[in-house]
Amino acid sequence: MTTATTNQAEAPLLSGRHGLGRDLAALAVILVLAVIGYLLFPNNLALLTRIMAIALLVLSLDLVTGYCGVATLGHAALFGSGAYAAGIAAVHFGITDPLLMVAAGIIGGALAGLVCGVVILRAHGLPQLVLSIALIHLFHEFANKASSWTGGSDGLAGIAPDPLFGIFAYDLWGRTAYVFAVVLLAIVFMFLRLVVRSPFGMLCRGIKEDPIRIQAMGGSPTIALLKMYVISGAVAGVGGALNAVSTQVVGLDSLSFTLSAESLVMLVLGGTGSLFGAVTGTIVFMLFEDLVSAANPFHWLTMVGALLIAVVLFAPKGLYGTVAEVLARRRGAGR
Amino acid sequence: MSAIFEVRNLKRSFGGLAVTNDVSLSMAPGDRVALIGPNGAGKTTFVNLVTGNLEPDAGEVRIGGESVTNVNAIDRVRRGLVRSFQVTRLFQDMTPAEHVALAILQRDGRAGRMFGNFLSMPGVMAEVGVLIGKLGLRDLAHRPVREIAYGQQRLLEIAMALALKPRVLLLDEPAAGVPQSDTGRIERALADLPDDLAVLMIEHDMDLVFRFAKRVIVLAAGTVIFDGSPADVTKDPRVREAYLGSYADASSAA
Repeated sequence: MTTATTNQAEAPLLSGRHGLGRDLAALAVILVLAVIGYLLFPNNLALLTRIMAIALLVLSLDLVTGYCGVATLGHAALFGSGAYAAGIAAVHFGITDPLLMVAAGIIGGALAGLVCGVVILRAHGLPQLVLSIALIHLFHEFANKASSWTGGSDGLAGIAPDPLFGIFAYDLWGRTAYVFAVVLLAIVFMFLRLVVRSPFGMLCRGIKEDPIRIQAMGGSPTIALLKMYVISGAVAGVGGALNAVSTQVVGLDSLSFTLSAESLVMLVLGGTGSLFGAVTGTIVFMLFEDLVSAANPFHWLTMVGALLIAVVLFAPKGLYGTVAEVLARRRGAGR
Repeated sequence: MSAIFEVRNLKRSFGGLAVTNDVSLSMAPGDRVALIGPNGAGKTTFVNLVTGNLEPDAGEVRIGGESVTNVNAIDRVRRGLVRSFQVTRLFQDMTPAEHVALAILQRDGRAGRMFGNFLSMPGVMAEVGVLIGKLGLRDLAHRPVREIAYGQQRLLEIAMALALKPRVLLLDEPAAGVPQSDTGRIERALADLPDDLAVLMIEHDMDLVFRFAKRVIVLAAGTVIFDGSPADVTKDPRVREAYLGSYADASSAA
């Protein structure tokens, strides 16, 4: 045994887990799903675009909750800040280029992430959750009161984005917005794949499991988490800006406790700590909500609740997490 | 030789009970010191005071001649004071290679890098290979820690500590909870620690203490009651009285 290890010690320690092939596969999956969505629901592209904007919010939540273990029920603050930043840029400053609006959303979201991170990361566990709830109410109320900028409870209307690249106008069927959303989601998704498996991503996973161990290695959990919060804010900001560009209105609901809580439900539904889990949860929740609320406008929430209970009881790792685990086990058994 | 690690008159009490009472010690590079003492002697408090996880009421801690009393726990690690834990604290889903690589990157201030996968960073992985190979964990390099035997997890703790290139290493019961059959490997790993490293080991297993340490410090009721060679510790009447009891007779008979 000892001789075997010494001999092996000469050979380089390489791992088979290189990500490029899987990255391309992930990109392909997103694009194929986008094409299927386009073909299946050509008259409902607005819903699909909204799903993608919310998926960005849920991905953003996954970064801090799934990868870092931060408990929050106020994550829509980041999404709504991005949406308002893009909307205010367009309405008050005449910045109507969609890409610049997204840039405004990224800045707004990142700033909100910084503010929320500084406050929320001071506490742990239940107090942390309470702080996050307080924050989302503060953000909501601030947007409500600053009505000359935000339109208050009427919402910020009159957002008229320019044609994308000066060529593709935002049409009534939402085709431009749809393609725009697919491209944004794909770019962010690939970016996040890089981040979560980078040394920084690994550090955050370590912090989630045992922050004291990271300290004993000379790492600062607070700085790493704050950095992740800012990244998370930028991602949510993209989602918010996308929502502003595609719907051409920003409402107070984008800064609401309800949206925060729903995004957490979607994340748990799909599976925390996995980017595909976040996207899966969003798609399933929103399509289910759309179908069930059309079929039964009065009791649809009951059915959403029942779905959630079923998932939490029988697939505690979420829909994607459970499927991935079963597949991995089967692959392991096949070896 | 000049001291790399010094503790001067360290004091800490909890509600009137002096748990660490005027403890002083000094270590030079290459020292192999064991800190022993009966349960409740204040060993854990002492470690926490030294690492900066607890604030002392009085006294001073110095690393490499500089006072770190007002330096926080994270910066003390960066100045070369590294500890291992009594119960392993590892990340269950990560592999030994990832643990050690993370420690290396942390040491180099690169753990915040947002791009690149360290499994494909040749410099880092070469160092990981050397460290993991030294501790006989190479075959397990890419297995999640939860699938690895406890004795090997303890070796991984040592590998992580070494990856940080410490000047002073505090080992908190490195062999605790390890089955007898595996303690030999840990002992070999301890014997292989770098020559210029100052090691302070807290341990209950007296056999290990006598084989490892060139110097033994005995702590009882928060006070140092003995600081000298292992050969003398069993003869000291105060130590016998406070701690060793029948064990002293057994080991002197052996």
